[in-house]
Amino acid sequence: MDMLRFATAGSVDDGKSTLIGRLLYDSKQVFADQLEAVERTSRDRGEEYTNLALLTDGLRAEREQGITIDVAYRYFATPRRKFIIADTPGHIQYTRNMVTGASTADLAVVLVDARNGLTEQSRRHAFLTALLRVPHLVLAVNKMDLVGYSAEVFDRICAEFSAFATRLDIGDLTFVPISALHGDNVVERSASMPWYDGPSLLHHLEHVHIASDRNLIDVRFPVQYVVRPQAATDAALHDYRGYAGQVAGGVIKPGDEVLHLPSGFSTTVRRIEAAGTDVPEAFPPMSVTLLLDDDVDISRGDMICRPHNRPNAAQDVDAMVCWMSAEQALARRSRLVVKHTSRTVKAIVTDLQYRIDVNTLHRDASADRLSLNEIGRARLRLTQPIFCDPYARNRATGGFILIDEASNATVGAGMITEAS
Amino acid sequence: MRPDYQLSQLDVLESEAIHIIREVAAEFERPALLFSGGKDSVVMLALARRAFWPARIPFPVMHVDTGHNFPEVLEFRDRQVAGLGVRLVVASVQESIDAGRVSEETGRHPSRNRLQTVTLLDAIEQHGFDALFGGARRDEEKARAKERVFSFRDEFGQWDPKNQRPELWNLYNTRLRRGEHIRVFPLSNWTELDVWCYIEREGLEVPSIYFAHQRRVFERDGLLLADSPYLARGQDEPAFTATVRYRTVGDMTCTGAVESTAATVPEVIAEVAATRITERGQTRADDRTSEAAMEDRKREGYF
Repeated sequence: MDMLRFATAGSVDDGKSTLIGRLLYDSKQVFADQLEAVERTSRDRGEEYTNLALLTDGLRAEREQGITIDVAYRYFATPRRKFIIADTPGHIQYTRNMVTGASTADLAVVLVDARNGLTEQSRRHAFLTALLRVPHLVLAVNKMDLVGYSAEVFDRICAEFSAFATRLDIGDLTFVPISALHGDNVVERSASMPWYDGPSLLHHLEHVHIASDRNLIDVRFPVQYVVRPQAATDAALHDYRGYAGQVAGGVIKPGDEVLHLPSGFSTTVRRIEAAGTDVPEAFPPMSVTLLLDDDVDISRGDMICRPHNRPNAAQDVDAMVCWMSAEQALARRSRLVVKHTSRTVKAIVTDLQYRIDVNTLHRDASADRLSLNEIGRARLRLTQPIFCDPYARNRATGGFILIDEASNATVGAGMITEAS
Repeated sequence: MRPDYQLSQLDVLESEAIHIIREVAAEFERPALLFSGGKDSVVMLALARRAFWPARIPFPVMHVDTGHNFPEVLEFRDRQVAGLGVRLVVASVQESIDAGRVSEETGRHPSRNRLQTVTLLDAIEQHGFDALFGGARRDEEKARAKERVFSFRDEFGQWDPKNQRPELWNLYNTRLRRGEHIRVFPLSNWTELDVWCYIEREGLEVPSIYFAHQRRVFERDGLLLADSPYLARGQDEPAFTATVRYRTVGDMTCTGAVESTAATVPEVIAEVAATRITERGQTRADDRTSEAAMEDRKREGYF
């Protein structure tokens, strides 16, 4: 069984919670005691139907205010796949939460209400999905029951969305007409929409091909930890020196010639261990330990790659930045800490090229700051080089977080566009 | 391993957890692993072993001992720790009571569950721990579904659910000021079934009380509690012998058993896969206080 991580975007009004509730319920992942608790709370509040949103809204404040504040993670499995849902709130003030949920997603489900068609919000969700390079996007046109299961309405929304999507870089786009309330095309194909010949949403989630989404070409191994046993009694371990980390790109095999950065020295992979046993190859997202032929001075924050396929060793990076702090803004001369793979360096913002309107995609070159939930393109100067690739080529070596040194808060996320 | 380089869900979860554990060892000064002897902490300890193999686990293991533990679990704990050669730190609720830091709950259903928080926070301060691994999973409980993998605690040990650090990709912000610490949950994305499947695949040992056995129990609020010296039974709570097993391992006073004949790991997996009740809902009295019982305890610094 493999695993698919997907993010859902949309608001309560679009029926997102009902959809998730339906997926969990129909795949028998809502437990009797959970359902009982939700029914009890719904009843106590005088609601006329069982509010499935209560299944996902876990915090006191969320229940009190009837809103989703934060990313909630939900789990369910079918015989084919295990699923992790990052359930993100839809409103603009939670853009950072959607960015967070999308950062690890293989697929995003963007919901629209068939009665309203595309809204500013659905365009924003599509833009963020593309920005975070989520490889697969599903536009779920919900509440089809309220438009008489009309093929015409569905086609119109699809056409409008396709036209908008050409302005974005979306890898794989799928449209599904559904009614979360009645279960049409959620788990089973619906008899109400004979004109639709595609799969149900769950069928698509179970079968979408994700193996080729990872970068299996460019070998990237950020060294996370150096394993050095201190067991002087065991002679076999005396010279053991393993470089542990999670493979960020490519396929590594024993016998491969590799190159170490920053030194530029080449050596050969002698063995690869995973969880204590030898393995014939390593690829993303495996956590492994590499044993090398030559004694090279390697430490955390270094990068292992192939001699003829190196990442950029960059001290100036251009990146799309999503700002996540309400306390302060990003502006020219802002001083920050960058955490990128296993390396942490200091940075200064040398330029803010533009701020993008996440609803219209309009670029405002006169912007002098990024405030909470705003996205723009910035240039950073780093105190030391980082070993990176464009985010479009590799999410693991192209993404970084920004930390404020005074408060230690995570204040932003960056996706590298160019590096030198 | 398949030709299309697709890993199984257990391999992905294992790699993710090992990455998290190594990140803590690399970035913190004084981490420790909270070990209860329960199945989740058994898996976590096994993952720590694999993360640093063939070196030893580079941090100690801490057990918060309520004094009301299952003897089978304490025996298991000591054997595991000795086998791995790691240092065990025991933080004792009884000592907190003796020192006057907390007082024993009174009333009909006293429990030391909530008292553990004080003992835990005192031990963190005393040993100067800056990161603590916990075996909590997001599928367990709805407040946990919203908690970060690296969950920040202020100098009072408190969790602020509305002010959590955004967590993107596999990049974790580990920065702290003195006195603050981080709780780290490497099993965040595991489900109860994943844990059991991993125990089966790796042949891990878990305490015997996870498997069907005969025990003297009594019923309270729909839970089957062990008849022990730590719990006063009421007149209306007769003890009887039943074939039970435990789905979770905690304090004897608030952990319920379930009637089961599952005596092996595969039988337990079959049972877990078929169950219609969550593990905490079925076995934990401590979550039944209110709708937000877990969130409230976590805010105070609970596990």
